[in-house]
Amino acid sequence: MTDTINTQQTPALRPALPLPEAAARGLAAVGGLATAASAFLAWTYSSAFPGDLTVNGYPGGLQWVTLVAGLLVLLYALTGYRVPGLRWLAPGGAEGATVIVAFGALATTWFTLIAIADELGGLANLASGGWVAGIASLVALLGALGLPRDGVAADADNPLKRVVGYPGKRPDLRPAPALPVAVELLIITLALALGLGIFTFGIDTSYGELFGGFLITAVFAAWALSRSGALGRLTDITSRHRVFTAVGAFVAAAIFPFTQNSDANASIGVNLLIFGATALGLNVVVGLTGLLDLGYVAFLGVGAYTGALVSGAATSSLHVTFPFWAAAITGAAVSGIFGVILGAPTLRVRGDYLAIVTLGFGEIFRIVVNNLDGVSGPNVTGGPNGIPNIPDLSIFGFNLGNAHTIGGITLGRFANYFELMLVFIAIIVLVFSRSSSSRIGRAWVAIREDETAATAMGINAFRFKLLAFALGATLAGLAGTVMAHVGFSVVPDPFVFAGPVPPNSAFLLAAVVIGGMGTVTGPLIGAALFYLLQAKLQFLQSYQLLLFGIALILFMRFRPEGLIANKQRQLEFHEDETESAAELSTAGA
Amino acid sequence: MTDITLENSSSNSPATGTPLLEARGVIMRFGGLTAVNNVDLTVNTGEIIGLIGPNGAGKTTFFNCLTGLYIPTEGQVTYKGTVLPPKPFKVTQAGMARTFQNIRLFHNMTVLENVLVGRHTRTKEGIISAILRGPGYRREEAESREKAMALLEFTGLARKAGHLARNLPYGEQRKLEIARALASEPGLLLLDEPTAGMNPQETRATEELVFAIRDRGIAVLVIEHDMRFIFNLCDRVAVLVQGEKLVEGTSEVVQADERVIAAYLGTPYEATPEAGAAGEADGSIPASDAASDATPDATPDATDATPEEDQ
Repeated sequence: MTDTINTQQTPALRPALPLPEAAARGLAAVGGLATAASAFLAWTYSSAFPGDLTVNGYPGGLQWVTLVAGLLVLLYALTGYRVPGLRWLAPGGAEGATVIVAFGALATTWFTLIAIADELGGLANLASGGWVAGIASLVALLGALGLPRDGVAADADNPLKRVVGYPGKRPDLRPAPALPVAVELLIITLALALGLGIFTFGIDTSYGELFGGFLITAVFAAWALSRSGALGRLTDITSRHRVFTAVGAFVAAAIFPFTQNSDANASIGVNLLIFGATALGLNVVVGLTGLLDLGYVAFLGVGAYTGALVSGAATSSLHVTFPFWAAAITGAAVSGIFGVILGAPTLRVRGDYLAIVTLGFGEIFRIVVNNLDGVSGPNVTGGPNGIPNIPDLSIFGFNLGNAHTIGGITLGRFANYFELMLVFIAIIVLVFSRSSSSRIGRAWVAIREDETAATAMGINAFRFKLLAFALGATLAGLAGTVMAHVGFSVVPDPFVFAGPVPPNSAFLLAAVVIGGMGTVTGPLIGAALFYLLQAKLQFLQSYQLLLFGIALILFMRFRPEGLIANKQRQLEFHEDETESAAELSTAGA
Repeated sequence: MTDITLENSSSNSPATGTPLLEARGVIMRFGGLTAVNNVDLTVNTGEIIGLIGPNGAGKTTFFNCLTGLYIPTEGQVTYKGTVLPPKPFKVTQAGMARTFQNIRLFHNMTVLENVLVGRHTRTKEGIISAILRGPGYRREEAESREKAMALLEFTGLARKAGHLARNLPYGEQRKLEIARALASEPGLLLLDEPTAGMNPQETRATEELVFAIRDRGIAVLVIEHDMRFIFNLCDRVAVLVQGEKLVEGTSEVVQADERVIAAYLGTPYEATPEAGAAGEADGSIPASDAASDATPDATPDATDATPEEDQ
C-alpha cells in the first residue's frame, strides 16, 4: 500500500522488483540468451510430443518459437545497454518492451513445458533442457521487472500497469527523421518479407500446441514492438511510401501460394481473403458512415447466389453461363441493387432501430433462400440443398480448377482462386481508399460524426447513407461471386447472424471493429486474425466461441480503437505534442 | 401583431439592398404548444439582423423553421423570392448556412476536413469520378482545398488546419463552425449564439469577424443573449417573447422599448390574447410573476440587463 503512495508521489517510478540496475539488465540479457540457447537442448525424452523436442543441437517445433522469444528479450535488453543502432528500434524506450517480451517468452516456454507434462503424463517427462528453458525465461522476467521504468506516470493504482511498467501508455513520438529513400524502401521490403514469413509460419503450424505458442509469442512481440515505438517508426516510413508499400504488400501476398507445398493452406488463404474483402465492404457502412449493419452477410449471400445462378451449373434454375467477368459484374450489381432495396426503407431509422431492422433483413434473406426450393415457393435457390456442383472458372482459357505449374512450383486449385481473389481485393482496396478520401467519404464521415450538422452543411444524408449501403453491398457481392466458385456449392447455412465459422455478420462486424474502423488495413488484419484463429484453434471446439467472446471484451476494454487506429486517432497523439510545442514557443516569446 | 419594421438607419452599415430572406406568418406548433406564433421577419442583403429574447422565447425554434430542420405548421419562408424547401440540405444549397447553439462540429475530422465538408454543396463530383480520379476530380478537389484554406486564413485558423476539431479550444471551435458555414458560399449566414461562453476579448473578436463577413457581401442573422454584442453589431434587432415578435427596429428603438425591458426584467405587461397559450412555460412567465410584486416600475437600461440573461 505504501508502495502505491510512493509511486504516485514521485515522478521517477520504482521498478516492480528492487534490484540494482546493472544486475537487472544483466539478468534480463542473460536470461534472454539462455532461453534462446535452451531451444537447442532436448526438452523431453519422448518424441510422442509433436515437433520432436528430443534432439540436442537443433531446435524443433515449439523450440523455434522459444528461440525467437528469447532472442527478442536479448535484443531489447541490449537496447537498454544503448548498443549503437539498436536505439533506433526503440525510440519510445526499451524497458517497457523488455518486460513485455520477457512475459511473452515466459508464457511461451511454460506453455510448452506444461503441454509436455500434460500430454506425456507428469513433470518427469521434462529433460534437463526443458528445466533450463523454464528457469532461464523466469530469470529474464525477474531481471526485466527490476529495470528502471520508462513509462509515463499514469495511474499507479492499476495493478497490471504497476507490474508491467505502464505498457499500455504509448510514448509520444516525434516522426522519425527521414532516412535515404533506398534504405527506407529496403526496410519496407524487409518488413513485408518478415510479415509474409510470420504469416506463413502461422498458417503452416500443423498442430494446436505449436499454433498456441506461436500466437502467444506473436501477440507479445507485436505488443512490445508497438510499446517501444518500433511499429510507429515503421508506420512513419510506410506512410511516406504508400504506393510502394501497397504494391509490395500485394506482391508479398501473391508470393504466398508459391511457398506452400499443399493446397490446404491456400484454401484457408482464399477464404480468408473473401472474408477480408467482405469486411472491407462492411467498413464502408460501419466504419465510415457509422451505420450499424447486423445483417451484412446477406449481401455476400446475394453475390454468391447470383454468381452460382449464372455459372452454368446444372442445378442452377437459370440455365445460362456467363463469362466470369460478366458474372462478377452481375453479382456485384445485383447485390448493390439489393443494398438499395434494403436500404431505402431501413435507412429512414437511426441507431439502434437500424441495427434491429438490418438484423431482421439478414435473417429474412436466409429464410427466403431456404424456402425458394420449388415446394414452399418458386424454385430459384434450391432451398436447403443450395446450388451444388458449380463449375470451375475459366479465364482466357486458364481453368482455375486445374493445377498449373509456374516456374517449377505447382499451384493448385485453391492457389489459383487465391490469386484471383487477390486481384479482387486490390480492386476493393482501391475503391475503398479512393472513395473514403474524397468528397463522398468526407460526407460519410460527417454523417457518422453528426448527422444533423451534416445535413445543415448541405449533405443529403439519406442519399449518402444509401450510397454507402449500396457500395458496401456491391463490394460484398463481388466477393460473393468468387466464393460461389471456391466452395463448389452455395447453401443458405453460412449466411447467418452468428455462428462458429467466419463469414457471418457477427464475425464480420468483429473483424471491422477489432481491426480498426475506417481504415483499409484494419479490417483486413482483423479478418486474417479471426479466420486464422478459427481455422487453427479447432481443437478447442466449443470453447472457441467462449474465447472469442472473452477476447472481444478484453479488446473493447483495452484498445477500443482497434488494432490499427485510424489516422485521426493517430493524429490525436501527434497533435498533443505539436500543441505543447506551440505553447512552449509562445510562452518563451 | 406588433410589427415595427423601421428602415435601417444605422450609420455603420453599407447600403442595404433587396430582401434576401422573408419569413411570413411563421407558426410552429408542437402538439398543443405554440413555440413560434405568426412571426414575420425580413433580412435584406448586406444587413446584420439580431434576434433576441428571453430563454424559451422560441428563437432557436424559429431558426430551425428558417433552415428547414423543422417544417413550420403555417406560414412560409422565401429566400431570394423562392419558397425554401423544407429540407436542411436544400436550404444550404439555396444559400443559407447556419451554426449551432451547442457546437456541432465533426469532432473526429481535421479542421480542414470540416471546412471541406462545408463545401459539399458547391462541389459535385460523384462516387465514380472519386474512384477514377480524373483531371476534373483533381481540379475540383484542389480548388476546394484552396478555398477552404482561404477561409481558414480568414477566420485565423490556418495554422491549425491539420488539427482535430475536437482538440481546438472553445473559441476556435466557434470560429471553425463559422468557417464551415461560410464554405458553402452562403448569401445569408445564420448564427445561433456565436458568443455563448466566450470571454469579452473573444466576443470582440467574433464581432470583428461578423463585420468582416458582412463586408464580404453576406447578410447575417444572429441570435444572441449578449446585449452589448447585439446592439453594437446589428442594423436591426427583432425581439421574440413567448413565440411572438414583440418589436423590431434599430438598437436605439429596441433598447428604449418598455415592453422589451418588461419581458427581460419582468414588469407586468399586457399580453396579447394568445399569449396564455404561447411560448414554452420556461423562464419568462415565472420570472415576470415573481418580479411583478417586487419592482413593478423598474426601468433600468436594457444593456444593464445583460449580466442576468447572459449564460
